[in-house]
Amino acid sequence: MMLIRCPWCGPRGAAEFHYIGEFKPRPDAQSVTSADWRDYLYVPANPSGPVTETWYHRMGCRRFFNLERDTLTNESRAVGEGIR
Amino acid sequence: MSAPPTTMRLATPRPGEEIDRARSFTFTWNGRTIAAFPGDTIVSALAASGERVLSRSYKYHRPRGVLTASYHDPGCFFQVGDEPNVRGAHRLAEPGMDVHSQDTWPSLRFDVKAVNQLAGRFLGPGFYYKTFIKPQRLWPLYERVLQRFVHAGHVPPDTPRVTVDKRYAHPDVLVAGGGPAGMAAAAAAAAAGASVLLVEEEYRLGGHLRWGGDADLAALRELRELVAGTPGIEVLTNSVVAGRYDGNWIAVVRRGLPGGAEQLIKARARMLVVAPGLIERPYVFAGNDVPGVMLATAARRLINLHAVKPGRRAVVLTANAEGDAAVADLREAGVEIAGVVDARTGGDLVRVHGHRGVRAVEVAGGDTIECDLVVTAVGWTAPTALLNMSGDQPTYDPRAARFFPGALPEDVLATGGIAGDGTRDQLIGHAEAAGREAARRAARQRSQTRAMLPAHANGHGGSWPPADEQPVRLPELPVDPHPELFRASTHGMVDFCEDVSSKDLVTAIGEGYDSIELAKRYTTATMGPTQGKLEVVNAVAIAAQATGRTIGETGTTTWRPPYAPVTLGALAGRPWEPVRYSPMQPWHESHHASPLIAGAWIRPDRYGDPAAEVAAVRTKVAVIDVTPLGKLDLRGPDVPNLLNLLYVNKWSKLEIGRVRYGVMCTEDGVVFDDGVTGRLGPEHYLMSTTSSGAAAVWEWLENWLQTTHPDWAVHVTPVTTAYASMNVAGPASRELLERVTEGVDLANEAFPYMQVRTGRVAGADGCVLWRIGFTGELSYELHVPAGYGLHVWETLMDRGADLGIVPFGVEAQRILRLEKGHFIVGQDTDGLTRGFSAALDWAIKLDKTDFVGKPELAWQNADGGGPRLVGLQPDDGTVVPAEASQIVEGQRIVGRITSSRMSPTLGRSICLAQVEPRLAKPGTQVTVRLPAGRRIPARVCEHLAHFDPDGSRMRV
Repeated sequence: MMLIRCPWCGPRGAAEFHYIGEFKPRPDAQSVTSADWRDYLYVPANPSGPVTETWYHRMGCRRFFNLERDTLTNESRAVGEGIR
Repeated sequence: MSAPPTTMRLATPRPGEEIDRARSFTFTWNGRTIAAFPGDTIVSALAASGERVLSRSYKYHRPRGVLTASYHDPGCFFQVGDEPNVRGAHRLAEPGMDVHSQDTWPSLRFDVKAVNQLAGRFLGPGFYYKTFIKPQRLWPLYERVLQRFVHAGHVPPDTPRVTVDKRYAHPDVLVAGGGPAGMAAAAAAAAAGASVLLVEEEYRLGGHLRWGGDADLAALRELRELVAGTPGIEVLTNSVVAGRYDGNWIAVVRRGLPGGAEQLIKARARMLVVAPGLIERPYVFAGNDVPGVMLATAARRLINLHAVKPGRRAVVLTANAEGDAAVADLREAGVEIAGVVDARTGGDLVRVHGHRGVRAVEVAGGDTIECDLVVTAVGWTAPTALLNMSGDQPTYDPRAARFFPGALPEDVLATGGIAGDGTRDQLIGHAEAAGREAARRAARQRSQTRAMLPAHANGHGGSWPPADEQPVRLPELPVDPHPELFRASTHGMVDFCEDVSSKDLVTAIGEGYDSIELAKRYTTATMGPTQGKLEVVNAVAIAAQATGRTIGETGTTTWRPPYAPVTLGALAGRPWEPVRYSPMQPWHESHHASPLIAGAWIRPDRYGDPAAEVAAVRTKVAVIDVTPLGKLDLRGPDVPNLLNLLYVNKWSKLEIGRVRYGVMCTEDGVVFDDGVTGRLGPEHYLMSTTSSGAAAVWEWLENWLQTTHPDWAVHVTPVTTAYASMNVAGPASRELLERVTEGVDLANEAFPYMQVRTGRVAGADGCVLWRIGFTGELSYELHVPAGYGLHVWETLMDRGADLGIVPFGVEAQRILRLEKGHFIVGQDTDGLTRGFSAALDWAIKLDKTDFVGKPELAWQNADGGGPRLVGLQPDDGTVVPAEASQIVEGQRIVGRITSSRMSPTLGRSICLAQVEPRLAKPGTQVTVRLPAGRRIPARVCEHLAHFDPDGSRMRV
């Protein structure tokens, strides 16, 4: 299983984590159109190559963090806390 | 019965033989006694006794014998005792073993199923897709017929269950393959300070050196001593690397545990060194599967490891040094060499004559030579599986007639025959360099990992040498030319396991399955137990020839894990099912509660008759164990902000001591969880969630706090199991609690509905009591520090005896809440139910600035879309529709029953249902389609609650 690099715990097996989803900045709920909102909810970019996603170290330090992962090789590096 | 004479055993010991002639024993083969020595495999002992036909093939039941004399030999799968599919050319013979051929009837000698050969034209490639299809009603018959022909062994139902724990390993370097290259690499890596796990498929280290000449045997001794003498190497023999996954997560299967069991070892290796050697490839020609046709390595193994003559009179087709060495070994073993056909100078074989054994072989250019043994040495297949699994795409070199590694990732190295050719010293030198480089890279990984950790984790114990920045250069290995020999001028077997001939492949390609992936699946070539090791290159070469492409252009099929077969027992390991009980469980068990499995929790479903339990709640007092209820302790000045964000209703003005019901939706507006939250102090709240949502809601809260509002000061502590929770419900509940509670005024005016207090119950401090009403009666939910749970429960049962207290279980609670129309998330809602479809109009405050789910809920409110949750009653109150029964209009589905029970209180059936909005008006008649097809009328009720819709009973 791939290794996920938690910023606080180092590289750990992916089974310790919960994958939250592709990192997307949350649109302003007051002014967003329904089309843009559904795009935010249901349409990930899903690239072939590097993607930024949020992971939760469920069986470890229980921090949320962002990860840049290459979807072709599953190599990854943390890119800081998972703040939107 | 005495054993047949071992007519083929050599009297003179071979220099490298692995049998112990001093001790002999016997085992049985299809009921007959066979003699063996320790060190014999089942097959070598059978061969020593002159046995030639060892099995029948899968489809056509053709007689088969030794082909490779290795683990993968397709003709050597046997039933040993209660263990099926034993690899007879690998498994060591043991005294008293009971060995049988598989899937032959009535016997191996005379197999009636060989009639399949006559049906050959109907059993052509892809016959699975063309036969046994119509007429469909005969399928039960087809199934019975096909079961007779299933080609596998037999597992008796009373086979003892063996549990083998899995193991985790963290070697710096894992070396896959224990031949000369693997041994040299392992020793070099360990000498450079790495911890090494060396995995070898055979019972002993050594690889091909074991059946080699004197120089090979000398090198073998040296390398074995080197490995044994170098600290830091764990050697696993009779074990195989089954797969390599991301991040060098490697599955190793250790075989040969008692009872035929296997152990799965999950290894996270910093570096993987792939040293699997080369697998000799069979030649495709007419009669190539007749017993007596074998590979050069097979002949050399039998002669040199087991001192067995593979035949009496041999013809050898040789294209390389292995074939030449086989000729020499055969001569030394006293086998008459009737002909040596050199493929390097254009020699070739045409066909073998014989059915149950070789009688003669036709050589290209004329002669038919009488013989009983045909040995071929036409080339090598690189078992690149682990490299492919590492993301490599090996490339074919036509000059060398095999595949070579391509670009490997940083954490994988390849060495030995798979990497190139050369002298034994050159190969060992390459392997040593690979071992040192593997150790260097592992050390570098270790430093890099250290650098990623927070500063205070400085590592404990044991120093690690600093990583050397200078890479170890791996010497260039020469690549020897080798003729490309795949198929002769005739057609023969390509996949021996699956009975796929080259003619089948050509036919499939002619039918249009002209890519190797399609041809593979259509013919099933490479899909058998050998999984391509012996057949993929031949299959690719034949496909290439048939489509006019090169081997490189044709490509290969995908090498997938597991590389070798794994028993399900190894994958299962030890069953591990943690179970959660509340502290009151011993009381439930002694009072005959029926257990309900709710996730990992065991809960009391009922203690007797749920209807009686319901009556007790409505008329007297009863108590239910609700410990699995999710509970979260929230502290901090920003808790109201969090509640406002995550609940659909308003929370800014919840006074201390008050409780409010809340519903959470996700960002798509779908109902996610519900519960009540009470304020215990200025900055102290206690949130409850559904039992099944406890973990998810905790994660949800942390998610929003960490990712969106790190600026908020809120601490969340899960206390689901810190409290034992119980609900005391019924008109006499206040009277009972007054007897056991201190520090709380329970009078209705002092402690009204939807409020919370803390106090001492049954002597236990720190209890939280809130007045809420899931059941619809006067009730108090107690949260007791878990250690006192059983004591408080027993006290209530004791002090309430004269009030008629009984326990009630989850089923009674389901009935009670349904009578009151309280929905259950996940029961009356599903993954698409947005807030307004759960009758939450009153709760959703769209005038709040922002909350999770607001955009979608606002749009749902504006367009009125989505079903509506309604109370429903069948006209005939004796009919209880099954939950999920559809509500229909003609052939259209317009809704469904989400909850349904017989109400003891009302004496009639009651339901909740989701229906299209236009049918949601009270009084609307709808039609419910019961599962068996019958349709019944039902009516939409005024309220969701079927009983006490005003809720007056809770407020007394």
